[in-house]
Amino acid sequence: MSATYDSPTCDGPTYDSIAKGTELPARTYQVTRLDLIKYAGASGDFNIIHWNERVARSVGLPNVIAHGMYTMAQAGRFVTEWAGGDPGAVTDFGVRFSAMVPVPDDDEGATIEVSGKVLDKLADNKVTVDIVAKAAGAKVLTRARATVRLP
Amino acid sequence: MALNPEYAGRVFGPGEPYEVSRVKIADFADAIGEPSELCRNRDAAVKAGYPDVIAPPTFAVIIDQLSLRAVITDPGLGLDYSMVVHGEQSFSYTRPLHAGDVVVGTTTVESIKAIGVLSMLVTSTSIDTVDGEHVCTARSNLVERGADS
Repeated sequence: MSATYDSPTCDGPTYDSIAKGTELPARTYQVTRLDLIKYAGASGDFNIIHWNERVARSVGLPNVIAHGMYTMAQAGRFVTEWAGGDPGAVTDFGVRFSAMVPVPDDDEGATIEVSGKVLDKLADNKVTVDIVAKAAGAKVLTRARATVRLP
Repeated sequence: MALNPEYAGRVFGPGEPYEVSRVKIADFADAIGEPSELCRNRDAAVKAGYPDVIAPPTFAVIIDQLSLRAVITDPGLGLDYSMVVHGEQSFSYTRPLHAGDVVVGTTTVESIKAIGVLSMLVTSTSIDTVDGEHVCTARSNLVERGADS
């Protein structure tokens, strides 16, 4: 994945500028085998099904699969980028892992499509965001909700 | 194999202190593709009102999983980790984790349920500084697939 390290945009939405139902701009994120290896190292989760295709297939999986937490992190990144680039704006974040993300051994890997909308406006400049993440047409996260504090 | 229901309500930890470092936060942000400068540049983080660079919201899974290790490796629980899939995960923050925090995880087994051939282990890990300040509560739901599923 080619990440660009721009400074935080600081031009994210303000609490007053958004309404219940406001949609977050959809994004797609590529995930390759290299991304999973980097995530294993950074997170300490070296479960073999996330990097060894031989073993993954031997236990009945379709291929190497992405860490659920990697997919959750993409949904988190989606929300923090929307919230003006401040990861500290996310106060609550929860997901259910509903499908696996198989990652083939090629240059493209898998594609995770993330979209979301504002579910509710709360007190203290907080909003709840409902997130949808899909891969190969299947919902890979359900009940994915984040509470975000906006300026 | 069913999990031992007597483990419901048990508390594990607090574990060894975990020191949150700038390098680890930057590594984690790189690995998930989180572009924020607030995870890498101390001056930018301070300007934004934080004491130091801050961790992305899912960073706390590192501390949660370190704390969970005591639970899942407890032979009395009877969990076959090779059959485990991650069902749900959530984080609830009092404030963001930042570089320089020294925290400990304390994990409570909230519930153990059997649903057909599946067993569900729901845990809650309180992540607090060594001075006793609450930073985050991480909840995790692990599902053990039965041998026949």
